[in-house]
Amino acid sequence: MALTGLEIYKKLPKQNCRECGLPTCLAFAMKVAAGQAGLDTCPRLTEEARSNLNEASAPPQRLVTIGEGEAGFPMGQETVLYRHEERFHHPCGIAVRVEDTLDDAGLDARLEAIGQMAFERMGLRMVIDLVAIDNVSGEAARFAACAKKAAEKLNKPLVLISGNVAALQAAAASVAPRRALLQFTEAAPGEDLFKLAKEKNLPLGLQADSLEALTALAEKARAAGLQDLVLSPGAAAGPAAALEFLTKTRRAALQKKFRPLGYPVLTYALGSGDEALIAACWYVLKYAGIVVVDTLEPVAVLALMMTRFNIYTDPQKPVQVEAKLYAVGEPGELSPVLITTNFALSFYSVEGEVEAARVPSYILAVDTEGTSVLTAWAADKFNAETIAAAVEKSGLAEKVKHRKLTLPGHVAVISGGLEEASGWKVDVGPKEAVGLTSYLKQRWKAE
Amino acid sequence: MAIPETKEAWAAAINRLTIGATTAQGGTRKSTVTVGGAKCVPGLAFDGDLGEPPAVAVEVWDVPADDWPEELAGQYGAALNKPGDWAKKAVEFGADMICLRLMGVHPDGGDRSAEQAAATVKEVLAAVGVPLIVWGCGVAEKDNKVLPSCTSAARGENCLFGTITEKNYRTLVAACLADGHKLIGESPLDINMAKQVNILAQDAGYPLSDLVLYPNSAALGYGYEYVISILERGHLAALNGDQLLRQPVLCNVGAEAWRTKEARAADEEVPGLGTAARRGPLWEALTATGLMPAGADILVMRHPGAIALVKQGIKTFMRAG
Repeated sequence: MALTGLEIYKKLPKQNCRECGLPTCLAFAMKVAAGQAGLDTCPRLTEEARSNLNEASAPPQRLVTIGEGEAGFPMGQETVLYRHEERFHHPCGIAVRVEDTLDDAGLDARLEAIGQMAFERMGLRMVIDLVAIDNVSGEAARFAACAKKAAEKLNKPLVLISGNVAALQAAAASVAPRRALLQFTEAAPGEDLFKLAKEKNLPLGLQADSLEALTALAEKARAAGLQDLVLSPGAAAGPAAALEFLTKTRRAALQKKFRPLGYPVLTYALGSGDEALIAACWYVLKYAGIVVVDTLEPVAVLALMMTRFNIYTDPQKPVQVEAKLYAVGEPGELSPVLITTNFALSFYSVEGEVEAARVPSYILAVDTEGTSVLTAWAADKFNAETIAAAVEKSGLAEKVKHRKLTLPGHVAVISGGLEEASGWKVDVGPKEAVGLTSYLKQRWKAE
Repeated sequence: MAIPETKEAWAAAINRLTIGATTAQGGTRKSTVTVGGAKCVPGLAFDGDLGEPPAVAVEVWDVPADDWPEELAGQYGAALNKPGDWAKKAVEFGADMICLRLMGVHPDGGDRSAEQAAATVKEVLAAVGVPLIVWGCGVAEKDNKVLPSCTSAARGENCLFGTITEKNYRTLVAACLADGHKLIGESPLDINMAKQVNILAQDAGYPLSDLVLYPNSAALGYGYEYVISILERGHLAALNGDQLLRQPVLCNVGAEAWRTKEARAADEEVPGLGTAARRGPLWEALTATGLMPAGADILVMRHPGAIALVKQGIKTFMRAG
């Protein structure tokens, strides 16, 4: 929760010394509140006030980044419990687990599969976010070797899971300078672990089977000077316990500003059964910062990614594309012209089908302020006049020789009006985008 | 440092509502279904009473489902030609209730008569012992002709009838009042419209405690987040005491999930995404899964694989203890 200028002002020396370069302490406070000045530029601030202000102006849940730069994965700094209150900010990471007991061939194959898993949806490329190397073997050397291989093969942030500090140290060294998350699985971390995380500046994951125990661990780590923490109920926690952990942590951080629990949460949904997938869905929806899974089944991973995509969209902004004429493939003068709205879901559904059908086509996304075909039609934003105007503006008349538009089946009722308003023939297409493949291949004709 | 208490003190619970009537209750059902009752955010037992777990209603149509992909239709086989047999299959697949959709009364879908529809309702009631949801075709004029015959054919059975909307509610409200049935109020993903339908039903003499909310649905990946947010907002408002949103919520999971490319596409259209036998049920099950933490009480479903998976999820997350 950010402080207001006045709240900051109360803690300042109020001497208007101008040494910060601003005329008054109040002006300085306002700049700090707006994030345009740092407290460091006030030379007369007492240490006590400084640490008070630093603490109070920190967000209630810390932003922790695994890895760095472009390839870094940020999580946390969430501000609400329900997306309609504002929005969720940092999408939950999907981490696929790699056990270090795999033989070399198995390891290569698994890393390869992780790297290749990718989906195109809504104009986005969705990939597996992180790789979690699990020290099942208990051996430091094998763990480090696996981590090294993963770092070499994949440009993805790493989670190193082990209950053995020496193994974590070896693995962290083998992937340096990658900034991997050290996910420690034992309940009693010692000073050596804190020292490792501190010296190498690595995020540290702590786990305990009760929130009380975890709070104590987090306080210890904070006292040791660690700031980038991740909390976990552990792999053994049942789904209901994990859900309770996620919810209580989020509520304590956001509603009570309880610092020891103000960190992102890592949960496990392991195993190849569908119960793990269902649990993973719940965790994505309910506050996880990372979900570690075993599954590499494409449709299962896609479902998790879509769940994540949906829940993290901004409720205040309809997801829309620019309203204009799009060419898919290399359409020619006898190619189909498909009409849809500029609601992203409508547009990308149509585009995906056209690509799958491999029939080069034009797609005209009519400006409906980002609403879907039926919603826009009901609101009179997708009617004969608006579509005819969009056709006119698009310059389609010069691009294609035929004079035929394909209209979504749901709005067949406006086809007569559209023919009249545009002077083009109207072909009523399928109601759902999924019907476009057979429509384009079998039904559509330029004449 | 002691962890601060984060348990919420909710003011109210979701209405508890029972569908179906046994012989002792004046009907002929072997079982009844009770939904609602939650006094907490779904699944959070530490937060308060979880109430009843969500119920699974399985779709049965009065005419063969001609647009179901092979993977789905094949589960029911020849039973698709006979609503009674279809309903028996649905019960085998784990249905807590049957959701009989009168698709065939639609003027463009067969235009079946009120008598035919009533006969189908009776056929299904005779075939299975679980409670019944009866859902009109959505064309107001036709539904108003057909549904009263159905409410009277099912008199005493305490069915759930749908749907009433802001524009069409009087006939069905009167019929359900006369024949003792529960009612579904439908609204287009709009919380104020949902309340408005409830107000209209209440003004027409129908008790708020006998209504179910149907705020419309979407499939995972296809505008799903709108549904989740409408459900969450409604559920939280109900827990905070809003009488007009305390009704249990129904979601049309199967119908939405089986419209998606992930469920419907032929294997060669989505290379690398697995077989239709896997994709369809999974997409349906995961569509249902995400609606439960938001507050869904009745899930209307289709595929036996999805039903089994969802029931497992309900057991894990939505039951006390």
